[in-house]
Amino acid sequence: MNALKNMKKTTRSNLITYGIVVVFYIVVQALTAGGLLNNSMKGMLVPICTYVVLAISLNLTVGILGELSLGHAGFMSVGAFSGAVFWVVTGSQLPPALGLAVSMLIGGVVAGVFGFLIGIPVLRLRGDYLAIVTLAFGEIIKNVLNTVYLGIDSTGFHFSMKDSSSLGLAPDGDVIINGAIGISGMKKASTFLAGIILILITLFVILNLINSRAGRAIMSIRDNRIAAEATGINVTKYKLMAFIISATFAGMAGVLYALNFSALAAKKFDYNTSILVLVFVVLGGIGNIRGSMIAATILYVLPEMLRSVADYRMLAYAVVLIVMMIFNQSPQVIAWREQMADRFAHNPVVKGLLAKFKKGGEDRTKGEA
Amino acid sequence: MKKFLSAALAAVMAFGLVACGSTPASTPASEGTSTPASAAGTEGDATGVFKIGGIGPTTGGAATYGNAVKNGAQIAVDEINALGGIQFVLNFQDDENDVEKAMNAYNNLKDWGMQALLGTVTTQPCLTVAPEAAADNMFLLTPSASNVDVIAEDNAFQVCFTDPNQGIASADYIADNALATKIAIIYDSSDAYSSGIRDKFVEEAGVKGLEIVANEAFTGDSKTDFSVQVQKAKDAGAELVFLPIYYTEANLIIQEMDKQGFDAMIFGCDGLDGLLTIEGANLELFEGVMLLTPFVADADDEATQAFVAKYQEAYGEIPNQFAADAYDGIYIILAAIEQSGATADMDASALCDALKGAMTEITVDGLTGEGMQWQASGEVNKAPRAMKIVDGAYAAM
Repeated sequence: MNALKNMKKTTRSNLITYGIVVVFYIVVQALTAGGLLNNSMKGMLVPICTYVVLAISLNLTVGILGELSLGHAGFMSVGAFSGAVFWVVTGSQLPPALGLAVSMLIGGVVAGVFGFLIGIPVLRLRGDYLAIVTLAFGEIIKNVLNTVYLGIDSTGFHFSMKDSSSLGLAPDGDVIINGAIGISGMKKASTFLAGIILILITLFVILNLINSRAGRAIMSIRDNRIAAEATGINVTKYKLMAFIISATFAGMAGVLYALNFSALAAKKFDYNTSILVLVFVVLGGIGNIRGSMIAATILYVLPEMLRSVADYRMLAYAVVLIVMMIFNQSPQVIAWREQMADRFAHNPVVKGLLAKFKKGGEDRTKGEA
Repeated sequence: MKKFLSAALAAVMAFGLVACGSTPASTPASEGTSTPASAAGTEGDATGVFKIGGIGPTTGGAATYGNAVKNGAQIAVDEINALGGIQFVLNFQDDENDVEKAMNAYNNLKDWGMQALLGTVTTQPCLTVAPEAAADNMFLLTPSASNVDVIAEDNAFQVCFTDPNQGIASADYIADNALATKIAIIYDSSDAYSSGIRDKFVEEAGVKGLEIVANEAFTGDSKTDFSVQVQKAKDAGAELVFLPIYYTEANLIIQEMDKQGFDAMIFGCDGLDGLLTIEGANLELFEGVMLLTPFVADADDEATQAFVAKYQEAYGEIPNQFAADAYDGIYIILAAIEQSGATADMDASALCDALKGAMTEITVDGLTGEGMQWQASGEVNKAPRAMKIVDGAYAAM
C-alpha cells in the first residue's frame, strides 16, 4: 500500500488505467465461464475493443496535440484493408494468432505511412482548416477504396480501378477486393483477448509518450505554439510524431475490426465513423485517456441496450448524448454539481459518518504502527 | 485519485451488471410483434409458435426498404396466424444498413430464440450475417439481398433475383427485342447492388453485340447532380440509357435528361420500382420507362390487390417490391415448414436441416412470381417480368 502511495502521481494513474482494462477482461471472462454472457454481449466485445483503441489514439491527436482531426476512419480503413488483404492471401496458412498479429502489424505500418504522407501537408494547417482537410482525406480514401479491384491468380496480383472483369484473372484466380462490395468470405480471426492486448499496447505506448520528453514537447505545442517554437522545439517533428502514432493505432484497430467480420466494405469508414470516435473522445474528456475508454465502451453498448424501445432507440441515444454532454461540460451544471457535493459533505449526518470513518482509519494505522 | 478509482471501478461494475441483467435470453415477444402469441395457446395447437427473426434498416438512409420488409412480413404473419394451424411470431431488428449493427441485431435475435431468419434486407450486412448464420446452421431467407455471395452457404436462400441474373436478363431483353444498339449506363459505383448488375450487363452486352457508348458512375455521396453523366451519354449518341439504380436517383436523372432535351429510352431493374410513388414528380416524364421487376402494385391479380389493400389500410402507403418480397418470404418459409413437417419445438439447427431439404422440393406462387422454385445453391428460379410505364401506370410488355 505504501509503495502505491509513494509512487509518482502519473505512474499510479497509469497503473489504474491498465488495471481497469485487466479487470474488465477478468470480469468478462468470469461471466463467460459462468455462462452469464449472452450472444449479444459476446458479439460486442471485439467492436468495443476496436472503438476503445480508436478513441485512445484519436485522443492523442485531439487532446494531447490539440488538433481537431475528422479523418480517423480514413486511417482505420487503410489499415483494415491492407491487413485484411494480407490475411486473405497468406494469413490463413499461418496459425490464427500469428496471422492476426502480422496482419495488425501490416495494417498499422500502412496506416502510419499514410499518416506520414497526409501529415506533411496537412499539419501546416491549424484549427478549422486542419479539421476540414482531414475530413476530406477520410472521404477521398473511402471513395478510392470503393473503386479498387484487386485479384490474385497463379501469375500474381492484378489491380484495376474499373471493374472486376478488367482484372484479366486466370480461371484459377480469386477476386480479393471487389469494388463497392469490398472483401467478402473472410475467415474470422479477431478475439477478445487480442483486442485487450491491443488496448494494453496502445495504452502503454501512448501513456508513456505523454509522460516523456516528446510528450511534453507535444503538449507545449498545444498550449502555446509560438512559445514552444521559441524555446527550440521542432514543431513539425513533434506534430508529425503524434499524428503518425495516432494513425498507426487507428490502422491496427481497423485490422482488429475487419477480421472480426467475414465481410469488409469501404462504406463503413465514412465521416460518421470519424465523428462517432470523436464523440467518444469529447464525451470522455479531451486529453483524458481513461475517460475516452469508458465513454467508448458505454456509448457503444448503449444503443444495443436500447433495442427494447424499438423505434425510439436512436432518439433515446441522442437524448442521452446531450444530457451526458451537458452534465460533463456545462459550466452551470459543473457549478451545481460542486455545490451539491459541498452541501453533501457539510451535511451533519454525513459529517458524523465521515468523522467516524476517519477515526477508524487512524486507529488502524496506529495499530499497524 | 481515490475518487477517480472508485468512479472507474463503479463504471466497470455497472457494465458488468448490465451484462448480467440482459442475460435471460428468452424475453417473450418484444416490440414489433403484434402477433398474439397467446392465440396459439388458446387454440391448443400442437405445432406451437415458430420464432422468425428479421433484420433490416428501419432507421437511416435505407429505412424505406427495411420498413417495407418489416411491414410486408408482418402482414403475411398476421394472415397465417389468423388461419390457425402453424403459428409465427416475427421479431424485426434494426441494422441501420450497417455491417456491425447487423451482427449485433443477429446476436440479439439469437438471444431471443430465433429459429429462422428472414433477412437481411440489404446486401452489405447480409454478406456478414450469412456466414455467421451458416456457422450456427440457422436457416436464412433473404427477401432482397441480391448479391451472389450472400447465398454462398447452403443454409441461405433468396426471394429476389441475383444481381448477375438481372444484368444478364436486362441485356438479353434489350438485344432480343432489338430495342437499341447504342447504350449508356449510369450507375452507383459505391453500391454493391448497382455495380453488381452493371458488371454482368456489360459482359452480356458484349456477347449480344450491344455497344456501350458511355459508362458513367456516381457515388452515394454525389447523387444530387447528374448533369455531367447525362451530358456524356447524350454526346455519345446513346439510344438507350440503362439505369441499374434506385428510383430516387433515377428520378433526378430523368429530370436532367428532360432539361437537356436528351430523348433516349430508359431501361432499369427492380430498383426503379417506386418511380410512380414519388410525390410531386412530373409523371409525364416517366412515360415509356421500361423496367424488369418482379412485382407491380397495380397488377390486377387477386393476391396482389388483396395485399396492396391490406398494406394501404395498415400503413397508409402503396407497398413496393421489398414489401412483396418479404410477404412472399414468410409464405415460402411456411411452405417449407409444411413440406418438411417441421415442428416449432425444433431448435434452429434441426429446423435449418429440415427446411434446407424442403426448399428444393417446394413450388410457391407468390406476389413476385408464379411457380418459384429453388436450387440447392439458394438461387430462386422465376421469370423476370418486363414492365413499361404507360399513362402513369405499369403495363406488361
